[in-house]
Amino acid sequence: MSEQDFQPATFAFTEANKALAQAAIAKYPQGRQRSAVMPLLDLAQRQEGWVSKAAMDHVATMLSMPPIRVYEVATFYSMFQLKPVGEHHVQVCTNLPCWLRGSDEVAHACKKTLGVDFGETTADGRFTLSEVECLGACVNAPMMQIGDDYYEDLDAESVARILDTIKRGERPKPGPQIDRQFSAPVGGPTTLGDIESKGKQ
Amino acid sequence: MLRDQDRIFTNLYGLGDWRLAGARARGDWDGTKEILGKGRDWIIDQMKESGLRGRGGAGFPTGVKWSFMPKEQGARPHYLVINADEGEPGTCKDREVMRFDPHKLVEGALIASFAIGAHASYIYIRGEFVREAQNLQAAIDEAREAGLIGPNACGSGWDFELYVHRGAGAYVCGEETALIESLEGKKGQPRLKPPFPAGMGLYGCPTTVNNVESIAVAPTILRRGAAWFAGLGRPRNVGTKIFCISGHVNKPCNVEEEMGIPLKELIEKHAGGVRGGWNNLLGVIPGGASVPILPREICDTVLMDFDSLRDVRSGLGTAGVMVMDKSTDVVRAITRLARFYKHESCGQCTPCREGTGWMWRIMERITVGNATVEEIDMLEDVSKQIEGHTICALGDAAAWPIQGLIRHFRPEMERRIEEYRSARGRAA
Repeated sequence: MSEQDFQPATFAFTEANKALAQAAIAKYPQGRQRSAVMPLLDLAQRQEGWVSKAAMDHVATMLSMPPIRVYEVATFYSMFQLKPVGEHHVQVCTNLPCWLRGSDEVAHACKKTLGVDFGETTADGRFTLSEVECLGACVNAPMMQIGDDYYEDLDAESVARILDTIKRGERPKPGPQIDRQFSAPVGGPTTLGDIESKGKQ
Repeated sequence: MLRDQDRIFTNLYGLGDWRLAGARARGDWDGTKEILGKGRDWIIDQMKESGLRGRGGAGFPTGVKWSFMPKEQGARPHYLVINADEGEPGTCKDREVMRFDPHKLVEGALIASFAIGAHASYIYIRGEFVREAQNLQAAIDEAREAGLIGPNACGSGWDFELYVHRGAGAYVCGEETALIESLEGKKGQPRLKPPFPAGMGLYGCPTTVNNVESIAVAPTILRRGAAWFAGLGRPRNVGTKIFCISGHVNKPCNVEEEMGIPLKELIEKHAGGVRGGWNNLLGVIPGGASVPILPREICDTVLMDFDSLRDVRSGLGTAGVMVMDKSTDVVRAITRLARFYKHESCGQCTPCREGTGWMWRIMERITVGNATVEEIDMLEDVSKQIEGHTICALGDAAAWPIQGLIRHFRPEMERRIEEYRSARGRAA
């Protein structure tokens, strides 16, 4: 597929996103609106599913930046998708802490369940599978991110279950997939027993 | 073991309410106005006296850093920038602070900003932490609604605004000047120092950059007293610290402990011990991916603090403790880190841009034994040409794990090379 095939001719924020963009710009001092380039690219990606060239040009105009400065930012940061991706972006961490706890198994289960390799999108366009660097949930390894949520303490079985749940159009429960209180040790915390549960929900 | 009443992060596991009501019940926002009322100098003196060293990896004394800011605000405003770009492999502590104890960070941001003369602060949080950024924003909104921040924060007369800025996936932005560049809307490429951020940081203005944990512990230190904090741990290595214990332990976890706790005790008390028992331990990377690995003999006795780990030629770093048992292919493990640094090099400095890729490729060959023993020496030599020859510490961080591997596991590297050659009848 050539570049022109998937690049839309134009881009415009929706009314709701226009308001969010203005709020993002307002966080920075007068004349420093360029600081909002990342938030605006993120917003564009949330609207389009990826960041098109038209979106970058639009952001450049909004922030009075030369387009090349926006392209530089969009290509520097790994979260900006410069090509269309699936509706669900499955990102598997394979960095050391995850690898030590079985990220090979997680990666294999993803590939098997989705029928695609890293860097590929399923034929129906629903899933893109990616390999990513450390996502900062190392004591809950191995883990993956799907959309905005982390799925932690995975094995082949829970990976298949999570992906099948999404395939059915439901939202799996994020966080640890084993019986565990977030980053506390399995079986319960070894600390904080003396502190009565102040401010319990 | 640290007593529970000396723990700062009492909602580390999200058992309680992370919102304002829960935070207040845990003691946050108690007497903040009175703390501010004691003035900038008092706060900075107390922070210096507490002995707190930065929790982001480098361990620079926080109070001293604050004192570098100009005493009076001139034409340029001052900024506090909080580094929440947590991405050091093995590290997942700031995430817990932001999602379960965000008010500690918001209150700390106010106090630190007041102390350095800043009316505005930005929290730069890694882009992948979407949910954490949402909790943090909710805490900021609540605090503003309650008059704790915003105009006349806490009734102190100090105006203070706090903003969340989300990153978009770049490890190098954890380096303070790259973070500032990124916050200004550019590629995250580190700046040469000097000028240091305290003189010329965000938008060319005096700026202090601190890690999340450093800021989040400040209110508790000021409430309980510098002497309390300084009384925990060992001289020059005081206070409490969140440790992240991952890898081959029975119960990986985060835990807040006293600085200087023996590594073995940390692993056995809180993480259920090494898988297969302590004798099954191969080695530990004690402070995030950037610090050199330690073999078991050193792990037997080493203490978890800045100076103890420096003395054994490693480092406390972020206190991300990665444990490897004897089933680990340690050469493959370090090769994985080499690939990480190759991926994350920003490309600005030649030794890092070219060197990280070069080191990764040769590590891939050594992993399967397809190399010569002389190449191990060459690898070490090249790593030393990268170390100290780049603008930021990413080059050092890429060199150290490999140097640690060669220092402690060279026989294993040589064994593979030998095995590979024998298998091919020494024809290779």
